[in-house]
Amino acid sequence: MVVWKDILTERRSKESLNALVFFSLLLLFVFQFSLGPERARIEAALPGLLWLGFILSGLLAFGRTFLIERENDCWEGLVLTPGDKSAVYLGKLAGNVLVMVVVEVVLLVLFAVFFAIDFMPFLPGLAAVLALGTLGLASVGTLFGAITAQMRARELLFPVLLLPAVVPVLLASVSATQTVLAGDRLADAAAWLKLLAAADLVYLVVGVLTFEFVLEG
Amino acid sequence: MAARALASRVLGCLAVLALIAGLGAAFGYAPRETVQGNVQRIMYLHVPSVLTAYLAFALVFVGSVGYLLTRRPGWDRLALSAAEPGVLFTGITIASGSIWGKPTWGTWWTWDARLTSTAVLFLVYAGYLLLRGMVDEPDRRARAAAVVGILGAANIPIVHFSVKWWRALHQPSTILGPEPSPIATPIAATLLINWIAFTLLFAYLLAKRMEIARLEDTHAG
Repeated sequence: MVVWKDILTERRSKESLNALVFFSLLLLFVFQFSLGPERARIEAALPGLLWLGFILSGLLAFGRTFLIERENDCWEGLVLTPGDKSAVYLGKLAGNVLVMVVVEVVLLVLFAVFFAIDFMPFLPGLAAVLALGTLGLASVGTLFGAITAQMRARELLFPVLLLPAVVPVLLASVSATQTVLAGDRLADAAAWLKLLAAADLVYLVVGVLTFEFVLEG
Repeated sequence: MAARALASRVLGCLAVLALIAGLGAAFGYAPRETVQGNVQRIMYLHVPSVLTAYLAFALVFVGSVGYLLTRRPGWDRLALSAAEPGVLFTGITIASGSIWGKPTWGTWWTWDARLTSTAVLFLVYAGYLLLRGMVDEPDRRARAAAVVGILGAANIPIVHFSVKWWRALHQPSTILGPEPSPIATPIAATLLINWIAFTLLFAYLLAKRMEIARLEDTHAG
């Protein structure tokens, strides 16, 4: 229900997604300008750059998760939702994951075009890492987005809370991406993928269990 | 009330005595380390601080869960009052480790596993305190902080393993490891005294901070 509502609003307004896609294009320019024209440098830093792009876009996207409700005074509507509050959390989470997947696909295509990198042979492995990493980022991001939605200085507080919390996701995703892009088998990154899966599970459980307390206020 | 004040005063006196004993043991009783020299004595500050910090963050977790389950403000005061000294002791750990690292490893900072995870811990709980400062309404603040406190605690093992696989230079943990400790008795005894001293100091700070928080709450309404 919540996913459907958000997708519908987003499809009609297109405000977040358009801006986010444009933002990722800008990020690409920033990377290019800050690293210089040498292709080797960009290639060496590629896994890190990709995740830097994802997490920066994620910070913007997740921070906005509950802004529609806040701006339009619909917070009570969410609070009064009959049934389990964790459904609201899972719905918002699904919406965030969807947005992130779109942004990630766009970023990958842009990287492929602008830096002439061929992702095709790595795609299955990359998709697995992206899926697990995105779920980890989005599960914490959605929870913290809800917490900070009603607060002073939320656009400052949100990254300050989120970034240290997702350090493990970032480390694991970047390392796994590195393995995948080096052309190694996915099994070589198995330890990282397991860690990502475990982290996702822990974040999801904490999110589902604590979300009703967040929503009250 | 009077009993509480007396208890906290006794705790404070005990902490001071233990700290003096710890200081005396660290400089008088413990032998000079043969390889590192006197610098090694930083350990008697470094190791007890980090152990105390872990104790503090465990209490933040307990207080957070307790508050969400019972909604009694006392639990929230426990979480707050443990988090502040916890961040302080983590800071002391990092600073003392840095000073220790310069002469022995030749660098103030290195992106080693234990250093990095301690730094992440510091950032997580500094963020926790920042969050608390941003909300005025007590119940909302307590709920938001509790969720962050729980996630932060659940995250500690994940951070630990991710960073550990990422790299390693720090000597493996000698005290909490599975094998019997290879540390010489005087050093171990000095460590133990300092650990007790730091735990007492933490307990005293915790009691005082909870007292202040309770007064704040009663006066705020």
